Amino acid sequence: MTLGLINANPVVQAKKERLVRREDQYRDDGVDPLEIYEYVRDIRDPEHPYTLEQLSVLSEESVTVDEKLDRILIMFTPTIQHCSMANIIGLCLRAKLKECLPLHYKVDIRVSPGSHADEVSVNKQLNDKERVAAALENPNLRQLVDECIYSAEI
Amino acid sequence: MDLMEKNLELVEIQKLEGHTDRVWSVAWNPVSSQADGVSPILASCSGDNTVRIWEQSSLSRSWTCKTVLEETHTRTVRSCAWSPSGQLLATASFDGTTGIWKNYGSEFDCISTLEGHENEVKSVSWNASGSHLATCSRDKSVWIWEVLEGNEYDCAAVLTGHTQDVKMVQWHPTMDVLFSCSYDNTIKVWWSEDDDGEYQCVQTLGESNNGHSSTVWSISFNAAGDKMVTCSDDLTLKIWGTDIARMQSGEDYAPWIHLCTLSGYHDRTIYSAHWSRDDIIASGAGDNAIRLFVDSKDDSVDGPSYNLLLKKNKAHENDVNSVQWSPGEGNRLLASASDDGMVKIWQLATKP
Repeated sequence: MTLGLINANPVVQAKKERLVRREDQYRDDGVDPLEIYEYVRDIRDPEHPYTLEQLSVLSEESVTVDEKLDRILIMFTPTIQHCSMANIIGLCLRAKLKECLPLHYKVDIRVSPGSHADEVSVNKQLNDKERVAAALENPNLRQLVDECIYSAEI
Repeated sequence: MDLMEKNLELVEIQKLEGHTDRVWSVAWNPVSSQADGVSPILASCSGDNTVRIWEQSSLSRSWTCKTVLEETHTRTVRSCAWSPSGQLLATASFDGTTGIWKNYGSEFDCISTLEGHENEVKSVSWNASGSHLATCSRDKSVWIWEVLEGNEYDCAAVLTGHTQDVKMVQWHPTMDVLFSCSYDNTIKVWWSEDDDGEYQCVQTLGESNNGHSSTVWSISFNAAGDKMVTCSDDLTLKIWGTDIARMQSGEDYAPWIHLCTLSGYHDRTIYSAHWSRDDIIASGAGDNAIRLFVDSKDDSVDGPSYNLLLKKNKAHENDVNSVQWSPGEGNRLLASASDDGMVKIWQLATKP
């Protein structure tokens, strides 16, 4: 992109150690929040060569799981209030989890309360599965998303 | 017959497997399913870019995929609709086009492609006479197409007014009045007062007139055409009514008024609602469930109310995107489509 960076000077945290898992307190066929966090922590930011974890967009507390209902909620924190990349980050989370999780899980993705100027509209768009499906069929967006979610392998 | 008195259940007749991605929508062929001795036919469309045509064998009563319409749409086929004659099938796709397929009995050919929308086409609907089509798109517009001789389709109007993505278009079952619903949380009514084809937005049903507070996903009418049900991401279904006699007399436009709201029945987005010919409303939602409702027939001062007739939890293994009653009288078949890639045929039956 030729445009200037949305956030030119993000705060970058050191990569965290992988967490040592305690006894699996979750049922065998279920997923726990840490497992889901492992799937998404290394997604690369759409405009910086850092992971979402390094930029504190995501942390272990970002993921909550309702085991009974097989529902997962991810709250992420864009680096700045007017981040126009918030929708792309949300798409990356959706695309990654679609690959990793069994089909029956329902995923809700939101920006953390107060973390984005257009919180309501970003949340609405990220949870409209028709718009998400259409966006992921768009070759340009798909390429951008793939670059972010497969960056570790590139 | 008092439905509430009966002990009813929704029995799964068959699971139709074949699509390799989520199934967005199903449509019953209006003719095949009504005539005696003719096998019912159902179309389904999917994120796998195809449409499947399913037919019930008159001998074994089992459903099989008769043909797959593929290699025309290059992206998701979001919805499909049969013409009133049952001869044509229109398909709305994220590739920005609407396909018109002719039914030659054993095979289907794409005889026309309607181009014009800037991006994803989300819904297509035929008017009652089959003379016009409507389509809608993420480009916020609704288009009306006139059916001409020789498989030609002419754009008769481009209707703008929605401020966001238009999710569905639906013609009124008897009159040339068009309804659209949107990501902008409203339902708009389009009508040509002078019958000259100059369609105008004559009413907007929004939150300020007891309308929905989030995306409106679907619209359906009762057989008489004087009531409409809408469903939404706000987790409610809403029933609307109008003075149909006034409208039919040609006097003037009779506005639609909110009659009641059904809430607390689904806990995720309600994607589909469909009103059967014998007045049962079906709803399908992101909670994997199907619900059925009937008019409680209580003549209260607050207007009509609707009761839950039946709930089918875990109808599918994932979101239910579409529920459609078969057009035939009496047999009460319901088709459903889901993110689990399946189409299911259900029968409403009395418990033994």
